[in-house]
Amino acid sequence: MNHGFFERNSLVLLIGILIVVAIGGAVEIAPLFWVGSTVEKVEGMRPYTPLELAGRDIYIREGCYVCHSQMIRSLRDEVERYGHYSLAAESMYDHPFQWGSERTGPDLARVGGKYSDQWQLAHLVDPRATVPESVMPPYAFLAKKPLDTHDIDAIMRANRMAGVPYTDEDIANALADLKAQADPSSDGIDALQRRYPKAQARDFDGNPGEITEADALIAYLQMLGTLVDFKTYHAHTPENRR
Amino acid sequence: MTTAAAEPTPFRFDLALFPALLGAGMLAALVEAARSPDPAMVIQAWTFLLCLLGTGAFYLINYGGGIPSEERSGYQNNVVKAGVIASMFWGIAGMAVGLVIALQLSFPNLFYFPDLAWTNFGRLRPLHTSAVIFAFGGNVLIATSFYVVQRTSKARLWGGSLPWFVFWGYNTFIVLAGTGYLLGVTEGREYAEPEWYADLWLTIVWVCYLLTFLGTIIKRKEPHIYVANWFYLAFIATIAILHIVNNLSIPVSLLETKSVSLFSGVQDALTQWWYGHNAVGFFLTAGFLGIMYYFIPKRAERPVYSYRLSIVHFWTLIFIYIWAGPHHLLYTALPDWAQTLGMTFSVILWMPSWGGMINGLMTLSGAWDKLRTDPVIRMLVVSVAFYGMSTFEGPVMSVRTVNALSHYTNWTIGHVHSGALGWVGYVSFGALYCLVPWLWKKKSLYSNALVEWHFWISTLGIVLYITSMWVAGIMQGLMWRAYNDFGFLEYSFVETVQAMHPYYIIRALGGLMYLAGVLIMAYNLWRTVKDAPAEAAAPASLLTAEAV
Repeated sequence: MNHGFFERNSLVLLIGILIVVAIGGAVEIAPLFWVGSTVEKVEGMRPYTPLELAGRDIYIREGCYVCHSQMIRSLRDEVERYGHYSLAAESMYDHPFQWGSERTGPDLARVGGKYSDQWQLAHLVDPRATVPESVMPPYAFLAKKPLDTHDIDAIMRANRMAGVPYTDEDIANALADLKAQADPSSDGIDALQRRYPKAQARDFDGNPGEITEADALIAYLQMLGTLVDFKTYHAHTPENRR
Repeated sequence: MTTAAAEPTPFRFDLALFPALLGAGMLAALVEAARSPDPAMVIQAWTFLLCLLGTGAFYLINYGGGIPSEERSGYQNNVVKAGVIASMFWGIAGMAVGLVIALQLSFPNLFYFPDLAWTNFGRLRPLHTSAVIFAFGGNVLIATSFYVVQRTSKARLWGGSLPWFVFWGYNTFIVLAGTGYLLGVTEGREYAEPEWYADLWLTIVWVCYLLTFLGTIIKRKEPHIYVANWFYLAFIATIAILHIVNNLSIPVSLLETKSVSLFSGVQDALTQWWYGHNAVGFFLTAGFLGIMYYFIPKRAERPVYSYRLSIVHFWTLIFIYIWAGPHHLLYTALPDWAQTLGMTFSVILWMPSWGGMINGLMTLSGAWDKLRTDPVIRMLVVSVAFYGMSTFEGPVMSVRTVNALSHYTNWTIGHVHSGALGWVGYVSFGALYCLVPWLWKKKSLYSNALVEWHFWISTLGIVLYITSMWVAGIMQGLMWRAYNDFGFLEYSFVETVQAMHPYYIIRALGGLMYLAGVLIMAYNLWRTVKDAPAEAAAPASLLTAEAV
């Protein structure tokens, strides 16, 4: 075909460009939404509790993802350093995903339970107090700042619109669940753990009088990678090899 | 107010559209400022309003008394001048922030402030990337594309005042996004951090940009569309698609900054890297190739080496680039077939990239002596050489086995900066050094010696930057996977952090030198505008001053 046709007709050139650039994206991305094996269901995955979700929003707000990945690759050294390689299902409720692209600091996909709450708090307040060689910024302000909860139900509703299976009951109890998870003496813990199995409820920042941003962020960090039980999950069983 | 009294003027849609868009933006800003329960949104709304008020004042001064006479003839040069000034401003700002965050990683005890959330690395890093890519790079692209499309079409920019809306609207978006990062307003995906309302505003501005550019091509007086404009058009059109699809999100409320990405996990990851890699492919490559295809032939006074190669280069580049995104996700939970496609196309991408490099370099055939005498063309040519280098490095890093080592390390940072500092930076500097004397009607630059200084200081800076990051990255990758004699991992993670320290310092030094070069450039350009002798017999009508 004579290329002059494209060079003399600007709209033909534009349409040609649009068709050519649409192909690659359509072939690669579109199937991910309907090929069932892209995200295989795994036992244990559940949506975030309201407190974990609020903590995750702080993680995003502070740009943690620019230095920490949450994606353990299927390579021997990564599995030995960080734990079982990450499954697609483990980020199925992550809007947006936080896999990251850089490890200025270590991967956090399975950081939950690796350190105590006190360590996490001390490390956030002054990273070099616990890890002298660290280059991480200090987040002392998190422990002083009360958690803003005014829109937690709206955030859950937006997540539901994007596909996270929060029920009406979950959303109606958002604030109660959030408070219950940060208060070790609360009556609401049973209801919280019925709605969100394996939810860890305690005062995360050592300041029982107030729910701070540090409470939320530590609650989030302490649940990362803890939902799927890798004692019972085996990647090579037939139902996981579809 | 839309028509001059003296002679009847046909209806100008832009004189209705410009104030209408401003008014709509101001109304939205006022509603948000008055009603939002989100303090970050209130600050963002006032910021937005101030930017729009400034733009409105500009509009009233220039168009309040009817259509300015300079719009009736000649090329629209003033918006290009404004773009040049904005490019230099954002370039210095963005690179200075880059230096700050490099120093933060080098000396965390000196450059972090525990109670000032906005000074932390996590908020400044998106500020750096957006400021250099979208603010510096974007203004360079808008300015050069507006310059080039007029000359190669022999037509004034279409849309009357619309190019000015594009310029001010785009820079308003930059201010909104940048101040948002400092407040912690982010969508949490690299290079796509601005929140939903900033994204919406950019969409409006970008459509106006496409209309302006396309409209100028449509009314061209040349039979053929010049090759540089193919690349600019592909850049503008594709960025529109990428921006809209990747930013599909659900605002938590119309009165809050926060939104929730429509996609999650795997699908979100691939959509993001389809966007992210093609921000490189179409913003930082196709757009700047438009610069290469105009400014190198013009400066060297030689025709483009091969017309046929231009055609092959163009279509293969834009077709193949789109597929390369999954190479950011090798060995992850992304399905294997998508990973393999991404890797394969990334390796193939080497060929069109080098086709383009050859076309750019060989344009100097018969004019190679200019490399010795003209530091500006040297900068342009070295930029193409860096383009060739990083487009070879990229495919290598996309190969699974190499990526297993390089991913998550500073090697990636080094790779990005060989492209960013070497290719995008130098081709932009070359174009700006050409544009300033051309636009301000000067015989030449104020000082060629200062260009030499800029060239050599920044070249040494780039060498320090990329070599330190190569060594750091490969060391990091090797340390992470090192085993001792007993079959245990040899190093704890923090030992690998400690090992980075000297390289972080060398990197910061390289960045400082690069920034110093840009400051020299800014001084040189300013003196050129102010003091360099004027070109003989410049048509006065093209020199009308305008407040920018």
